[in-house]
Amino acid sequence: MAEVKNILLVGVGGQGIILASKILAQGLISAGYDVKMSEVHGMAQRGGSVTTQVRYGKKVYSPIIGKGQADIIVSFEKMETLRWLDHLKVDGKVVVNDYEIPSAPILIGDAKYPENVIEILKEKADTTIFKAADIAKELGNIKTMNVVMLGALAKAMGLEEVDWGKIVKNNVKEKFVNINIKALNKGMEQVK
Amino acid sequence: MKEFLTGNEAIARGAYEAGVTFVSAYPGTPSTEILENIAPYKEHVYAEWAPNEKVALEAAIGASIAGARALAAMKHVGVNVAADPLFTYAYTGVNGGLILVSADDPGMHSSQNEQDNRYYAKFSKVAMIEPSDSQEAKDFVKIALEISEKYDTPVLFRVTTRICHSKTLVELGEREEVGIKPYKKDISKYVATPANGRVLHVKVEERLKQLEKFSNETELNKIEWNDKKIGIVTSGIAYQYAKEVFGDTASYLKLGFTHPLPMKKIEEFANEVEVLYVIEELEPYIEEQMKAAGIKCIGKELIPRIGELNPDIIAKAILKEERQTIQYDEAKIVGRPPTLCAGCPHRGFFYMLAKKKNIMITGDIGCYTLGSAEPLSAMDTCICMGASVSAGHGAQKAFEFNGIDKKVVGVIGDSTFFHSGVTGLMDIVYNKGNAVTVILDNRITGMTGHQENPGTGYTLQGDKTHAINIPLLCEAVGIKKENIYIINPLDLDACKKTIDEALDKTEPVVIITEWPCVLKKPSPEDIEKFGNKRTICKVDEEKCKACRICTKTGCPAISFDEKASINEDMCVGCDVCLQACPFDAIEKVGE
Ligand code: SF4
Ligand code: SF4
Repeated sequence: MAEVKNILLVGVGGQGIILASKILAQGLISAGYDVKMSEVHGMAQRGGSVTTQVRYGKKVYSPIIGKGQADIIVSFEKMETLRWLDHLKVDGKVVVNDYEIPSAPILIGDAKYPENVIEILKEKADTTIFKAADIAKELGNIKTMNVVMLGALAKAMGLEEVDWGKIVKNNVKEKFVNINIKALNKGMEQVK
Repeated sequence: MKEFLTGNEAIARGAYEAGVTFVSAYPGTPSTEILENIAPYKEHVYAEWAPNEKVALEAAIGASIAGARALAAMKHVGVNVAADPLFTYAYTGVNGGLILVSADDPGMHSSQNEQDNRYYAKFSKVAMIEPSDSQEAKDFVKIALEISEKYDTPVLFRVTTRICHSKTLVELGEREEVGIKPYKKDISKYVATPANGRVLHVKVEERLKQLEKFSNETELNKIEWNDKKIGIVTSGIAYQYAKEVFGDTASYLKLGFTHPLPMKKIEEFANEVEVLYVIEELEPYIEEQMKAAGIKCIGKELIPRIGELNPDIIAKAILKEERQTIQYDEAKIVGRPPTLCAGCPHRGFFYMLAKKKNIMITGDIGCYTLGSAEPLSAMDTCICMGASVSAGHGAQKAFEFNGIDKKVVGVIGDSTFFHSGVTGLMDIVYNKGNAVTVILDNRITGMTGHQENPGTGYTLQGDKTHAINIPLLCEAVGIKKENIYIINPLDLDACKKTIDEALDKTEPVVIITEWPCVLKKPSPEDIEKFGNKRTICKVDEEKCKACRICTKTGCPAISFDEKASINEDMCVGCDVCLQACPFDAIEKVGE
């Protein structure tokens, strides 16, 4: 594969995006790709908008991309998808967690959570939507939402050949391994 | 073996492999994880958090004079604090190699300005190295130390957020034990009196000439020949962006050693290519020097000097390539600024403080800076670490001197107070100031991700240590015992009463709010002092009169839709909203 692929993971601080990106990157490395990943720290983690970028291919130079370049956006929160939509390729794909986290201006009543986010997304891009939070809750731990998303992403990217189970195992505490593997599989089932 | 490391992790590994035995730093994004990743090499490397960057660099200088390979790390604005020792250590030169890591933040992901610290190398006349990915970050640490020792200079190791916080593959190596160089007393070298300084300055200029020769010869500055129609001079992460855009269609002069610049090499390169671009992030540091040397090039005419670069910006600027993007109504999207966490101990105090009319609140750098946002809006200024106390003092004096009846309250965190707040407090006492100082002691360095500080009782490498007693320190500085208040910031009545009393005093006052950061893993001492119970609060819909007062506390767990409601996954039961609610509509559950 000569071309470099760009994945954007977006959401809100505290949703486990960095861990999901790490697992993703390790999976891609194990598949023999050159990988670069860019993460956010500091201020942005205090409930702010968070994004990580993972780029892979034969040889990757820049760890970040600009507008119109993401092959896929994996979004952990609905409105965040809109915020980053200008980074998607015109023929790119979106995988969205149907989940709302109101931001501070919304909480204090200065603004309203945007309506019809899903409709807009569907109209503009090839969009897969599901409720990762509910799936994670059903499995017994809302925190596994990030791994559900990861599973969906792996499927959407056609990266099923990677041994994700093994990599998840290396990255989570032993007592959470089983639930996370289940989350991974559930996530994969969400994408056709 | 290859590992996937951030630049910060790679620098830490590099220090380990290169036989460094002393490191010191003050935490600051994007530099923080360098020390956190060196700390585990406890057997080989001594690592510590210093109370501020000046102390960190001075300690590293001491270790270097003693003969050890040493490293100090900080964010770009930290170098301003450490500039004093830097400029003189540039004169004396080193014994064991010394690196000063400056982690700059183009784009201001979490900083108050975006200064380009490459100018510090030129200004202080030290050597500078700029890696462009994690592999180089690791390898260059070793090279920098060798340069430091060979040319008798500190080395500025300049990285940026995208180097610090992006992961790339790194081939690991083994640690090389270089041991400690013999220490010899050498007054003419290490005692910077004017007489010695004058001699040393001559040496520094001499050294710069040698370093320039090295710069022209070293492989750190390397030419990649491709098509010669376009030539690009670049350094750091900008090299990766340029490669991304131009690939093999342009030739590159990639600069890894950037002070002094390899002017001869640059000239040779310039002579061979048709059009010459300089692609660098932020300031025209390389471009200016090239133009001063009469080399024709295109740089900031096209490449912005504001903000972080990316391949797109470069493609647009030089190739006039505009990417197609999806068009949609961006006005629909609501901002998502960072906020004080649910249950943050600063919130209660800020909520009460912001109610006070006719005061000016001078703020500082840390989580509590977020108290400046709506709805709390509890801050008038935020300049730099420590400035809350000293700028507060200045403002109070100015008001008084000019007959304006307004009180000033400076708010600062525990770590920041140790960093440079205490000196401001000395200023207040010594100069008979009257500003109120509030030390928001959440028992940890919060914003950068929970680093120990002199008040926490633990060191970076996990040893128990003496915890500085903030009230006693204030007393020692000269604040009268009866003017020191210690309160629980989650107790709104106590906050109100204390603020009122403090504002009435004509002598300097310190309010210390003590409660651990909600995200902090409590130490045994914390549990003993503050307890460790978990409850949450709930809104009683019947009683809720939709007054929205609880939302004014700015807690992200509270939302409002006809009636208030509390997100039980987020709430930690700090009770602030419960006390704020005038209709007793919020109750405690799970006690
Ligand atoms: S991290 Fe700690 S100090 Fe910072 S906002 Fe959250 S609770 Fe407050
Ligand atoms: S008690 Fe109220 S203010 Fe405190 S965390 Fe819960 S909802 Fe927020």
